Order: sequence, then structure tokens, then C-alpha cells
Amino acid sequence: MNGFKDAGHLFRFAGLFVVAFLVFWVVRGFVVPKTFGQYGHYRAAAIAEYAARPVKFAGHQACEACHTDIASTKAGGPHARVNCEACHGALAKHAEDPTSLTPAKPDTAVLCARCHTASAAKPKNFPQVDPAEHSGGAPCQTCHNPHSPVIGATLAAKGGAQ
Amino acid sequence: MNITRRHILLLLPAAAVAWKSMLAGTPEDSPNYNMSEHWWGMLIDISKCIGCGNCVRACQTENDLPDGFFRTWVERYHRSNWSLENPEVISPDGGKEGFPSVPDDPSGEYFFVPKMCNHCADSPCTQVCPVGATFISPDGVVLIDQRYCMGCGYCVQACPYGCRYIHPTKKVADKCTLCYHRITKGLTTACCEACPTGARQLADLKNPKDPIHEFLKTHTVQVLKPQLATGAKTFYNDLDGSVR
Repeated sequence: MNGFKDAGHLFRFAGLFVVAFLVFWVVRGFVVPKTFGQYGHYRAAAIAEYAARPVKFAGHQACEACHTDIASTKAGGPHARVNCEACHGALAKHAEDPTSLTPAKPDTAVLCARCHTASAAKPKNFPQVDPAEHSGGAPCQTCHNPHSPVIGATLAAKGGAQ
Repeated sequence: MNITRRHILLLLPAAAVAWKSMLAGTPEDSPNYNMSEHWWGMLIDISKCIGCGNCVRACQTENDLPDGFFRTWVERYHRSNWSLENPEVISPDGGKEGFPSVPDDPSGEYFFVPKMCNHCADSPCTQVCPVGATFISPDGVVLIDQRYCMGCGYCVQACPYGCRYIHPTKKVADKCTLCYHRITKGLTTACCEACPTGARQLADLKNPKDPIHEFLKTHTVQVLKPQLATGAKTFYNDLDGSVR
């Protein structure tokens, strides 16, 4: 043991390092969030927090579960793939509890024109009209059923325009 | 038994290891959703976009966005017939309320380009974050841990697509989450749900049955700024050469 003679100061210093490291380790255990580093250099719990946020658009599947008549009216027409909430707005509240919120009927003068007003910037194969010229001011639903807008097809789909 | 200094020196590290394993916790489970089974992206078909702004409004509603800040927006391009350089690009209020009219017989080409986060697989924004607040989730969505973000804005500058902003009241970075709260529940994003023409399609690149694979094979699909090699996963069909 002669080699360690007069080496006490080195051991004390090494001990200090060990204690400092342990303190660092314990403090780090407290301040670093539990899930940090689980998948990468970030707090993994943040993913679950995003996933837990509430939904506002119910999704067309939810609408079609109850409104089967409208779904079948839409099915054959050019609006078949226009989702309900594209026109009626976000209605997750209505889907959860239909009595809590009655959706307002959209104003077709605004709604239809938003998509179908003619513009050279729109794709050429998209049906476009000059609303004033096309209807002479009459509301769109006078002739068209918004759920199945081809005239003629409308007659068969009785009561679709709701 | 006498507890000596030697005993304490041996016990301390053991206690620390035990404490650490106790803090590690367990992964938070989301029922019926397995992150490792998905790799999300988006398909935007320029040839179908009519510039109605439904996606912009839907995004703002779904995510409670402050006025004047956009996670998705629609640009209208006007490029001349002879040059792809310097197209005229407008996006009044993000295209939320539509666009001004264009001449009936215009010179050059007009078209709409919806923009959003590209959810890059090698995203510049996550690389510059100094605190580990922004990250790519295991299912390929670029997200921000807003409790960690300190609002330094590095990521806002790093994003080559201009898809991030500092939230005016929260004072932290904010961006498209690809409606993470919806896609984990089996729904599509709010913008896709509201798009009347199907110009936007959520795509799961890990799902072999997803129509995206067939589409990518049969169409000339591009991403924005491919030269930056960001691994962008917002794919554009029929993209004009003038789009930046």
C-alpha cells in the first residue's frame, strides 16, 4: 500500500466528483420529464396531448349513420364526394348530441356561389356559372337540389333538399 | 449492523438507479392506434383545386387559430405564357374568403396552389430547435411540444415553405399538426373533410391499401423545393414549374 501513501487528497477529490455526479443524476431525474427521450430528443407525452384534443368536424361517416336519406340522394349525383361538413360546417357537437345543436340551413346564394362562380383560374372541367346571369337572382334551390344538383335527377330524389 | 461510510457509498448509486427507473414511466397508450403502423403524408391535386377556401376555414375552425394566422392557405398563381420566372402570387387573407376575379380571357395561366406543412421526413425545422420542442413523431408528423417551446423562432426561419408562425397569444411556435387528434381517431384532416373537390387527400404511406401508392405510380407527382432534400411528404399533382 506504499503506492497510495500521501494520496488522500486525490481520493477526497475523486469522492467530490462522485458526489457531484450523483447529485446531478438525481436532480436530472426530477427535472427531465418522464417521457423525454422515449422516441427521440423530445417529450413523447406531447404526442398523446395532441391526440387528446377535441374534434370539431364529425366526419361524413358520422353524418351518414343517421342521415341515410341524404346520403342516398347524394350518392348518384355530382356532389357524391362532397362531404356534408364542406357545406354545413363543423358539426361534431350535433353528431354527439343531435338535440344540443340544430344546424342552420346554409344560404345557397353564398354557398353555391363560393364554388361555382365562374373564374378563369378554376379548372376548365369544373361546372361554373355567373350566378346573376344564370338564375336571374332566384335562389339556387329553386331549380337544383343541392344534394344532387343535376336537374331532372332532383325530381326522383323527393325531399332531398333539406 | 453498523452502517459505515462504505455502505452508504455502495447504496447511493443503487438508490439512484432505482429512482431513475421509477421516473422512466410507461408509454401512454392510445387505444386502437399504433404509431408504428403509419407514415402520414398529404396529396394535393392542383388540377382539382377551385380556390374556394373551404380548407382554410375548416383548419381555422378545427384548430381555433387566431385571425390572420394560417396552418394551411391557398395561393393563386398567375404566370405568363413565356416564362416560369416571377409568377404573380396572391393569397388575400390566406384565400379564406376566395379570390378577386380574373379577366375572362386572361393572358398566361391562372391556378390555385394550396399550401401547408410538408411534414418533411428530414425537416429543417426540427433540426434547428435548440430545446427539443419540435420533433417528427414515429408516424411521420412534425409536431411542436408547446410546453417546451420557448418561442425563439429559429424553426420559423428554418422552414423553407413558410409553414410556421409564432402564435400571437401563446408566444410559442405553431403549425399544422396534420390534425393529429383526428387521424389518430381514424378520421381524415379537417381540410380534407371540408374540401369539396377531393383536391386534398390524406395519405398513409405505410398502408399498402392506401390509394396514394397507385396515384404516385400513375401520375407525375412532385414535392415543393425538391432540391432542398427535406423529404417533403405533401405531394402535388399537376404542379406548374413556376410554383415555389
